[in-house]
Amino acid sequence: MFKYVLRRLLLVLPVLVLSSLVVFGLMRVMPGDALTALMAESGNVSERELQKLRKDLGLDRPYHEQYILWIWQMVTFNPGYSIFTGDAISVSLKKAIPVTIELAALALAFGLLIAIPVGVLSATRQDQPTDYIGRLVAISGLSFPDFWLATLVITFAAIWFGWIPPLGYTSVWESPWRNIQQFLLPAAILGFRLSAATMRMTRSTLLEVLREDYVRTAWAKGLDERLIVYKHALKNALIPVITIVGGQLGGLLAGTVIIETIFALPGLGRLTVEAIMFRDYPVVQTNVMLAATVLVTINLLVDLTYAWLDPRIRYQ
Amino acid sequence: MIGKPMSTATAEVSVFVPPTVVKWRRVRSLWSIMKRKPLGAAAACLILLLVLTAICADLLAPYDPFLTRPEVRLLAPSWQHPFGTDDIGRDVFSRVIYGARLSLWVGLLAVGIGTVSGTLIGLICGYWEGWLDLMLQRLMDALMTIPGLILALAIVSVLTPNTTNAMLAIAIVIIPGNSRIVRGTVLSAKQNAYVEAARAMGCPHLRIIVSHILPNVTAPILIIASIWLGNAIFIEASLSFLGLGTQPPSPSWGLMLSSTGRAFMEQAPWLAIFPGLAISLAVLGFNLFGDTLRDIWDPKLRGRG
Repeated sequence: MFKYVLRRLLLVLPVLVLSSLVVFGLMRVMPGDALTALMAESGNVSERELQKLRKDLGLDRPYHEQYILWIWQMVTFNPGYSIFTGDAISVSLKKAIPVTIELAALALAFGLLIAIPVGVLSATRQDQPTDYIGRLVAISGLSFPDFWLATLVITFAAIWFGWIPPLGYTSVWESPWRNIQQFLLPAAILGFRLSAATMRMTRSTLLEVLREDYVRTAWAKGLDERLIVYKHALKNALIPVITIVGGQLGGLLAGTVIIETIFALPGLGRLTVEAIMFRDYPVVQTNVMLAATVLVTINLLVDLTYAWLDPRIRYQ
Repeated sequence: MIGKPMSTATAEVSVFVPPTVVKWRRVRSLWSIMKRKPLGAAAACLILLLVLTAICADLLAPYDPFLTRPEVRLLAPSWQHPFGTDDIGRDVFSRVIYGARLSLWVGLLAVGIGTVSGTLIGLICGYWEGWLDLMLQRLMDALMTIPGLILALAIVSVLTPNTTNAMLAIAIVIIPGNSRIVRGTVLSAKQNAYVEAARAMGCPHLRIIVSHILPNVTAPILIIASIWLGNAIFIEASLSFLGLGTQPPSPSWGLMLSSTGRAFMEQAPWLAIFPGLAISLAVLGFNLFGDTLRDIWDPKLRGRG
């Protein structure tokens, strides 16, 4: 196992370096540089001020120096300052990350709470009305845009119940009740979308496992249906489900971008969208790189879990 | 040569099967597929409806989608305005109809560009392998580490936010996954004895790729393309919703939802309901259709869906 972990870790590093190059390159392909674009929009800044700002930001140096400097900043957790607000990026990240983690964790919990029971129901009642309803719900979860669901939920909650989610973010430590009011709806919507693929995977792997010999043996022994499905079959069926959940976390991260913007939650997603709108390139490149790193780490963890659960993979 | 008698044999067979019978058989087999896959047939109908709406937008739309008439602003749905009117008196029904054209156009072009580039990269990588394959695939890995929507956002932020750039961004998001799947298929198709035979006969590379390897790749490409069409429409709507895609006054579904749908949602919920419904149906259609294609073409997955 140790050897496998080491091999996987060694494979991750070059990928991260490459994606940092992609992100860095992307931020520099725009015509002119970041500042000309910024200044063209705000207007009336003298050429001298521009030169000074350029020097402060290190934009007058050659690309390879800029890249190394940026990587150094990222590795030492000190990713510079926002052009727009002048705040240290590390400070705004420290505020934003817990919000996104809470949202993502709640959404994941919601997603699994919906996906696994519905998946099991669908598989055990294959081609019966329950199955069709379950599958229809799953495919609509994949198709209904999160921003649409969010808009509708907010609208009809306001029209029918006169309820509006409390404005202004409150952390869970200040007031857990207010905090949960703010996070419940966005997490439920994200979770619903997340549940779709997981539910489909649960259903299809469970269908396969239920046809295995050992399950037939369990039936033949006269075991209770619940015991067979939940203990014998589901355990085995969940292994591929872990992969799909891991793969979905990238989508979850993207989903938080939109949901945070709609529900005015000051998380990473909203920070990124605002930075993009103001062309605040240091913030954009830091956040995009952060998202990439998180995704790579999650994929690594998924692979390792997989190897841990299924010893055949380790010895390939 | 072995080739000759075989070709005459096939010619003889085709004499025995008049073309009309073949055609009739195709229609019947299409019908049997539709009976076996009612969801897929429904999806095909949805897509057909979307395509027809997009093509005949000029005939179907009762009003000019850009015509502002402040005297009829924020009207509830009625016979004159089936989906109501927005805050400056534009007919929402007409705008949703023209929105189909925009969404489909963006989706088709983005998926077209993404699929063609991804397939080319995948073919080159899988066929020749070697250092070029290594470099290109690592680049694809790097692109895949960035979540799709965030990558699209970053690309659009570098360029200026408009429909064309949103489309390009979506195309770039599509390339890596596509190239990886094509590469995998090419690697396994290369193992076939007929490819080896063609190579032994001195068949040029281009011909081997086009006539022996490409046919293996078409089924997976079409499946992914169909699912990606839904995703592309979704991403375009998301980008426009965030204000980083199509710009006003163009009738993009995502933009309609964010600009007027959210601002007036309590007074005029129809402004949010109908564009969102249109996005959902379009995406649903392509998702279901892709699923059905996979069921039909990939026997391993048959009956699992």
